[in-house]
Amino acid sequence: MFNKIHDNIFRALNSDFLYSFKHSPVAIVSFIVALTLVLGAVLAPFYAPHNPFDPATLNLMNGFSAPMKPNEFTGETFLLGTDDQGRDVFSTILYGMRISLFVGFAAVTFAMVLGVSLGLIAGYVGGWLDALIMRIADVQLTFPGILVAMLIFGIAKGFTPIDQRDQMAIWVLIIAIGLSEWVQFARVVRGATLVEKNKEYVQAARLNGRRSGGILIGHILPNVLGSVLVIATISLALAIIAEATLSFLGVGAPPTKPSLGTLIRIGQGYLFSGEWWILLFPAVTLLALALSVNLLGDWLRDALNPKLK
Amino acid sequence: MKKRTLVKVRNLDRLFDVSKPLLNRIIEREERKILRAVDDVSIDIEEGETFALVGESGSGKSTVAKMVVGLLPPTKGSIEIDGIDLSDKSKVKELRKLRSEIQMIFQDPFASLNPRWRVEKIIAEPIRSFSLEKNEKAIIAKVAELLTLVGLDPSDGRKFPHEFSGGQRQRICIARALASKPKFIVCDEPTSALDVSVQAQILNLMKDLQDEFSLTFLFISHDLSVVRHMANRIGVMYLGRIVEISNSKDLFENPKHPYTKMLLDAIPDLEMSGKNRNPIEGEIPNPIDPPKGCTFHPRCPFVNERCRKEIPMPIEKDGSIITCHGVEEGRIGKEQGA
Amino acid sequence: MSEILLKIKDLIVEFPTRRGLLRAVDKVSFEISKGEVLGIVGESGAGKSLTGAAIIGLLEPPGRIGGGEIIFDGQRIDNLSDEQMRPLRGKRIAMIFQDPLTSLNPLYRIGEQLVETIQTHLSMDNKQARIRAIELLDEVGIPAPETRIDAYPHQFSGGMRQRVVIALALAGEPDLIIADEPTTALDVSVQAQIISLLKNLCKERGTAIMLITHDMGVIAETADRMAVMYSGQIAEIGKTYDLIRNPKHPYSVGLMGSIPAIKGDVKRLVQIPGSMPRLNNIPKGCSFNPRCEKVFEPCYIKRSPLIDVGNSSVACWLYDEEYKGAKKK
Repeated sequence: MFNKIHDNIFRALNSDFLYSFKHSPVAIVSFIVALTLVLGAVLAPFYAPHNPFDPATLNLMNGFSAPMKPNEFTGETFLLGTDDQGRDVFSTILYGMRISLFVGFAAVTFAMVLGVSLGLIAGYVGGWLDALIMRIADVQLTFPGILVAMLIFGIAKGFTPIDQRDQMAIWVLIIAIGLSEWVQFARVVRGATLVEKNKEYVQAARLNGRRSGGILIGHILPNVLGSVLVIATISLALAIIAEATLSFLGVGAPPTKPSLGTLIRIGQGYLFSGEWWILLFPAVTLLALALSVNLLGDWLRDALNPKLK
Repeated sequence: MKKRTLVKVRNLDRLFDVSKPLLNRIIEREERKILRAVDDVSIDIEEGETFALVGESGSGKSTVAKMVVGLLPPTKGSIEIDGIDLSDKSKVKELRKLRSEIQMIFQDPFASLNPRWRVEKIIAEPIRSFSLEKNEKAIIAKVAELLTLVGLDPSDGRKFPHEFSGGQRQRICIARALASKPKFIVCDEPTSALDVSVQAQILNLMKDLQDEFSLTFLFISHDLSVVRHMANRIGVMYLGRIVEISNSKDLFENPKHPYTKMLLDAIPDLEMSGKNRNPIEGEIPNPIDPPKGCTFHPRCPFVNERCRKEIPMPIEKDGSIITCHGVEEGRIGKEQGA
Repeated sequence: MSEILLKIKDLIVEFPTRRGLLRAVDKVSFEISKGEVLGIVGESGAGKSLTGAAIIGLLEPPGRIGGGEIIFDGQRIDNLSDEQMRPLRGKRIAMIFQDPLTSLNPLYRIGEQLVETIQTHLSMDNKQARIRAIELLDEVGIPAPETRIDAYPHQFSGGMRQRVVIALALAGEPDLIIADEPTTALDVSVQAQIISLLKNLCKERGTAIMLITHDMGVIAETADRMAVMYSGQIAEIGKTYDLIRNPKHPYSVGLMGSIPAIKGDVKRLVQIPGSMPRLNNIPKGCSFNPRCEKVFEPCYIKRSPLIDVGNSSVACWLYDEEYKGAKKK
């Protein structure tokens, strides 16, 4: 058993994949940045100076403290300053990133499951079902993703009782963003499925009495996963930005549980009154997060498909 | 002594709709385009023999192969294997049993193995799918036995397909095909992607296995010398129709149909070193719009008015089946003697 | 022996990879005389196409010439720059590729492509070049060349397209044509037409051909001399007739025996066990030693030079005087 694991690790270390990673400075830097941000967000409760979601710890007197300067009333010092309600910006960024990342990952997973299933079915079954799925996808592509998400968000809001809106907001966000991104997955998976299903190993499986479901999951799915992984990474960056956009527009995460987008929305109100840090730091974090994930996705695409370059 | 007929193919037709989508057809005012890939093909394959179908690209030989194994439904006609009609839906149980006895070896050893599966899983797929062994242990033993049988090492089962050369992959395909204890194997150009020295290994292996397990082969190839080596009987196809079925020896020594003669004359041969040849004129016409009458008539040196108008029917002559007006009328056989 | 047109000496083609330098062509030497057809056979990966590409200076990077000399008509051409190669390429050395569809630009008429090629190599005005193009099409056996010259490549069948490609190759009236698997993509009946066409045209014009193929039958019919390549090296080179009737290198013997014959019944084909080694795993000594039935001590130590045996040259220690006694023991 140990030998087998050792063997696998050895193979992975020597693989072309890792070689390409080691020889791409952009990939290494993006990976480090993305990993730091994700770990920083995930582990936030263990080291963040404040819990911005707990109103009891807030002191309004601390409001508008500049970074690294003692507050004129309380004398407390904050690394990245505080916002209007006296919340520590550093902590709100960490906690905001948790929400942004959670929404991003969950939305992409949702889009992936939906898109991959529909893509596999459309590609494998073909005929009118294929036509139907792909026409729906085409129609959806003609609307901007944000518009679709806002539409879904608006409809959902109408059906939710007021006292549960803040609770529901995150889940509605996930579904809204997920529904606006499944098309990419469906299209790519359908294309890959069309190629794979005509390969002789699929014919051999059919000859050997395998049923369609078994062939789809056992044979075709593992062979289209490579391209799915690439889109998932790029979609993650898009989903994070989409979430920020929605929250910025005020239809996303509520101010009591701010995501990066909500923080930027709060901050832009104070940009011209001198409190620049409330806007700048969340914005820079969002930029770093989205950019590093996106660059990682770009590299992944090249590494998995050397011919595409 | 006449052997039992294992595979009986009768009046097989296969049409493909190759027209443009409906909207384009309406706008561009085009008619539906139908490609008749296989046209009225009848074959009998005896138990234990190798029957070969030869022809150039577009002759429909691979389409016949796909229909015989059940990967493609025929447009018309019937296929009966071991006494069971493949389209007979009332015999579900018998058909499932029959499926395990029909296998196929494909042309491209790179596309015919799932790149994400280990070899042992690939070979075990038919065993698991048809529930041929009771437990995991028996499956593992069976896979090891099959790997040894095709000249690989049982430890090769742990590897992935990309770790093997083309010839070794084709051995893996053969092992998979044998896993369900088949009676009948369709080989679709099994060596055309391989180098000659590897081709020899695979052809020898297939012959050995045929003797050992008394397999029946339907062998599809465009390479006449390979067919000559492997087959007992040969069917020559041209534009979806069978023009001649003869014993292997007869076909090469005394070809009767003008197209068969032409094909034999065209093969570059080691014996031809230093000699000149007279190549045959013309190329295969577009199968979407085949010539009227006998489809070979534009290239045939013995063509007459009847050939241009009337489609010839297969006739039996000296143990061969020939589809040619000239042979039927006795025009062509004589000329050759003179 | 007539005048030597092309002389290759110890040609090395190598690929730098992160796992080290791979030698795809390893010290290959041969000559082609004026008007001669030299066939190069070998299995995939034997280095035959790379040898052809190296001669005409079309090696795909990172592949490069790692040593040796290529001398064409008395001039050394392996160290010429792309700019210096241009007047030679197409004009004096032409190339025919396997797939006629990709050798022709689908957006231009056949005539435009021919006229352009003719004018690149010969000083002719449009009218003259067009007349010449029609002549060429006629020569390669295209019916009604006056009308067909204005057709697009997709309007031609596979065989006709390969004829056009041959016409393009002949446009500059080259001294040498490198034909890389010219008939592999074609059907048997068309293949024969193209072979005789190529052979007859070159005989009339005195053009030499280097014919690269894996099809022994094609070589047998066309080539005056042939070379058998194995893992980047020449195993045997000699007169086609001799080499096919009486191969000497154990690899050539196996190769000839493994081809199913049209005439005569063979129960079993001769088979060479194993397969050609990968480039990163070439055995020491003679690269054929793991598959060779007649292998003996020197084969593991050193690779044999080409030894003259009768009309052929063979790279095998079996034919070395020094080992003749040793082997029998």
